[in-house]
Amino acid sequence: MPDLLIELLSEEIPARMQLRATADLKRLVTTGLVEAGLTYKSAGGFVTPRRLVLCVEDLLAKSPKVREERKGPRADAPDKAIEGFLRSTGLTRDQLETRETKKGDVLFAVIERPGRPADAIVADVLEKAIRDFPWPKSMRWGAGSLKWVRPLHSILCILTDEAGARVVPLTVEGIVSGDSTVGHRFMAPSRFGVSGFEDYSARLKRAFVLLDHEERAKKIWHDATNSAFAQGLEVVEDRALLSEVAGLVEWPVVLIGDIGADFLGLPPEVLQTSMREHQKFFSVRNPKTDRIEKFVTVANRETADDGATILAGNQKVLSARLSDARFFWENDLRVARSGLTPWLERLKKVTFHRKLGTQYERIERIEALARDLAGPVGAPLEDATQAAQYAKADLASEMVYEFPELQGVMGRYYLAEAGMNAATARAAQEHYAPLGPSDDVPGAPVSVTVALADKIDMLAGFWAIDEKPTGSKDPFALRRAALGVIRLLLENDIRLRLDTYFDRQLLRYEIATNGEDEQTRDVLLALLNEIAENGVFSAAWHALKDTFGDKVPPHVEKVSENLPDTSADLLSFFHDRLKVYLHDKGIGHDVIDACIAMPVKDDLTLLVRRAEALQAFLKSDDGENLLQGFKRANNILTQAEEKDGVEYSFGGDIKFAEAAEEKALFKALADAETRIRQAMEAEDFSAAMEALAALRAPIDAFFEAVQVNTDNAVLRRNRLNLLSTIRTLCLTVADLRRIEG
Amino acid sequence: MTTKSAPPRSFQEIIQRLQTYWGGQGCAVLQPYDMEVGAGTFHPATTLRALGPGHWAAAFVQPCRRPTDGRYGENPNRLQHYYQFQVIIKPSPPDFQDLYLGSLEAIGVDMEMHDIRFVEDDWESPTLGAWGLGWEVWCDGMEVSQFTYFQQVGGHDCHPVSGELTYGLERLAMYVLGVDHVMDMPFNDPDAAIPLTYGDIFRQTEEEYSRWNFDVADTDMLLRHFEDAETECTRILAQPADDPKTGKRIVMVHPAYDQCIKASHLFNLLDARGVISVTERQAYIGRVRALAKACADAFLETEAGGWAA
Repeated sequence: MPDLLIELLSEEIPARMQLRATADLKRLVTTGLVEAGLTYKSAGGFVTPRRLVLCVEDLLAKSPKVREERKGPRADAPDKAIEGFLRSTGLTRDQLETRETKKGDVLFAVIERPGRPADAIVADVLEKAIRDFPWPKSMRWGAGSLKWVRPLHSILCILTDEAGARVVPLTVEGIVSGDSTVGHRFMAPSRFGVSGFEDYSARLKRAFVLLDHEERAKKIWHDATNSAFAQGLEVVEDRALLSEVAGLVEWPVVLIGDIGADFLGLPPEVLQTSMREHQKFFSVRNPKTDRIEKFVTVANRETADDGATILAGNQKVLSARLSDARFFWENDLRVARSGLTPWLERLKKVTFHRKLGTQYERIERIEALARDLAGPVGAPLEDATQAAQYAKADLASEMVYEFPELQGVMGRYYLAEAGMNAATARAAQEHYAPLGPSDDVPGAPVSVTVALADKIDMLAGFWAIDEKPTGSKDPFALRRAALGVIRLLLENDIRLRLDTYFDRQLLRYEIATNGEDEQTRDVLLALLNEIAENGVFSAAWHALKDTFGDKVPPHVEKVSENLPDTSADLLSFFHDRLKVYLHDKGIGHDVIDACIAMPVKDDLTLLVRRAEALQAFLKSDDGENLLQGFKRANNILTQAEEKDGVEYSFGGDIKFAEAAEEKALFKALADAETRIRQAMEAEDFSAAMEALAALRAPIDAFFEAVQVNTDNAVLRRNRLNLLSTIRTLCLTVADLRRIEG
Repeated sequence: MTTKSAPPRSFQEIIQRLQTYWGGQGCAVLQPYDMEVGAGTFHPATTLRALGPGHWAAAFVQPCRRPTDGRYGENPNRLQHYYQFQVIIKPSPPDFQDLYLGSLEAIGVDMEMHDIRFVEDDWESPTLGAWGLGWEVWCDGMEVSQFTYFQQVGGHDCHPVSGELTYGLERLAMYVLGVDHVMDMPFNDPDAAIPLTYGDIFRQTEEEYSRWNFDVADTDMLLRHFEDAETECTRILAQPADDPKTGKRIVMVHPAYDQCIKASHLFNLLDARGVISVTERQAYIGRVRALAKACADAFLETEAGGWAA
């Protein structure tokens, strides 16, 4: 059985697209082959900056013959029906068979497709793959209309078996397939023929091309760490950079060079970022001093002077880059030491969002919220306030303008330079965290306070102007911000009623955007104060009405109507994010819904504790059975209530109990009620669930022995009321009606 | 192996060699466009000629102005006035990369000793409504050229596709000549009777323009001129194609495009004066783009743009 080798040689493919392209080529070609009936043993893809390669081992030489039978209309059907059938099968009338069936004579089409040689199938499949290739961005060139990532130069496509290699003939936009390729662009540019994958990859290696991305990455890492080690240094690990650099070279040659002594005083993050972003250099650290002292660059060729010219050139470029960085750093330090005010001034001119005002105004709101949050989070008020004020000052610094990814990192340096304490400086860096679902969550109280304030403010702002994420569109990363709040609260075990902070921040936005009228502003500010005292919006609103009476401006009336809805909508957005987050941790949506339905649903830490206890409970044998018992009780009760048009909610009376099982249930419920009440007061959900679990046996026994709907109306009513106690009791723990199954 | 020519000795020799090389490859060696532009791409030989079905090959030096990059002549490689060398060939030849590498050899880059790399860098000009795919070309880690296959200009698909090269001449020359500060670079031959450095010619102008660009330019006037250019561009294009005087069909795309170039440069000056806020910025860019788009539309109505009666 033949092996297939395909190489698509083009101008340089962007590094970030290469690995994905390898997988796509493999998928498109192998799927096409299999659909056409050609199975194979194995397939592997490879990629270099200039070539996309696929090799398929042990491919069928020919696709199997296919026989298909299709049933058509009756032989005496109208001509139109028969013509339609002929069209759909591509046969003529005399090629159809007539067969006797129960329904009379029916026409049948028997279509036989002969097997096709692999060559023809491969040619078709490859041409289609090339034309349909899903490059993230593709282009045309010259006068042609074919699209590829960059101009495509040659197609190597051969099948190799015992008889040798043969070219699979195909032509795509004037490019004729062949059995040859070229080596390294500079070190071995001439064309050579190949006879199969092993020959291809060996010849390429002699022509200074390492075909395998992984092999190039390994070589780079191996050579880099060795050269560093020889000098008592270590390379700073950077997998993303390693993968990118392996995609920029066909023949990696590692060179290690010095960072000028003038630049060693720069923060290591600055050195690292400048070298990585601009030059794609690795940083080399001295483990004794923990400073970055050298760099590794990866050239794409060997030279007669062992890379001396190349290294000198790279060093020169780096010096120019780092001179800029040092210039920014020194200018920034001057501002930092003078107290950072010029940067805050500058942020007054920087728009955060057209409808949400400047960065500075946002900082002011974050600061106000941070003051509200400092107590509950456990941060010193003064530190939290100062941290919130200056955490974003570095956005106006020259360094962050040049390297936006250093925001926060620079802030920490600059706040420290300004003489602020370590916890405050640290918050400048940490308040952006967590950025992703696996990113570390800060634990220092000042950092947590500012991180929460930053994110809640952002969410409240976009909710205030009704720019919420929809579908796949989330340009301001609001989902990430909400998940950040969730993780900050849960992982630090912080108890917080989110609702009131949403209200306050929404109100602050209202004041900022509609507070020009003095009277409106005063009333809104008074409302803000009332919320701080009352906690709850509705209570605050009533208190305000008492104070101001008819003087409440109509606009504020409108605010009071809309704000609670906006706030509730934001909370339900949090609940949705929480569901996604907990789903990944194995807690079902129904379990969370059952807990959200309970009071205090805006305390996420409490909510999750309840959900975790419920999930564990439902997994236990008792829990599962109790749920069934509850559902049975609830069903009987609901049906009876619908039928009778009354609500049974008084609780039964033990004196009407007849059976021993009935009496036992009365007693068990009374016991459980006390235990559950105490457990709920202590917020000990596990204990509450345990108490519920104890009800399983008496409930099961009751249903086993007693019929609820008896003819005796008194007994029936009493039993229904007994069931209602079960329902009420279970529902104080969680809304079990929402549990599926 | 090719015989290596002696290394160039001056800035002007590098320009001359590039002109000779690309002239030898069949390009028409044009002269700079006589207007202030932010990049060589604005030259009508690039922007307009990239449109339509006609074939085209041109190479030229274009002085460029970037008012915000002014550093009073103090920065080793930042200037508010500098030179680009542009090559534009339509349709892009299949061996365009090799031709380009040949040009580096022609100016004395020894391919056996240096590390040349094509690193992804897609080009987009929001003001011209244009984009293309390509690379920045690195020589030992330094960007020496921009290499682009034009896909769209003024909102129109380019067909055939032009291949475009832009060399940042000062930076490239500094590298080839081994100079660390642009002002120290020999402009003519260092052994000439009157040797002149880049600084002898441009240090003073960099100072003067930096001061004017940043602090002195009359913003009210600039704003007025911007609006004048915008109005005139639109007015020119609104004229009927048939000229009543000569009876000929004359679509005045180049005069209109001049006004578009003017508007773009005036916007850059206003930007350098710091009077354009972040929100306004987008609006201004949109206004210039609308002009560029209208000019591109009009070019397709001319003979050079493929119009046939």
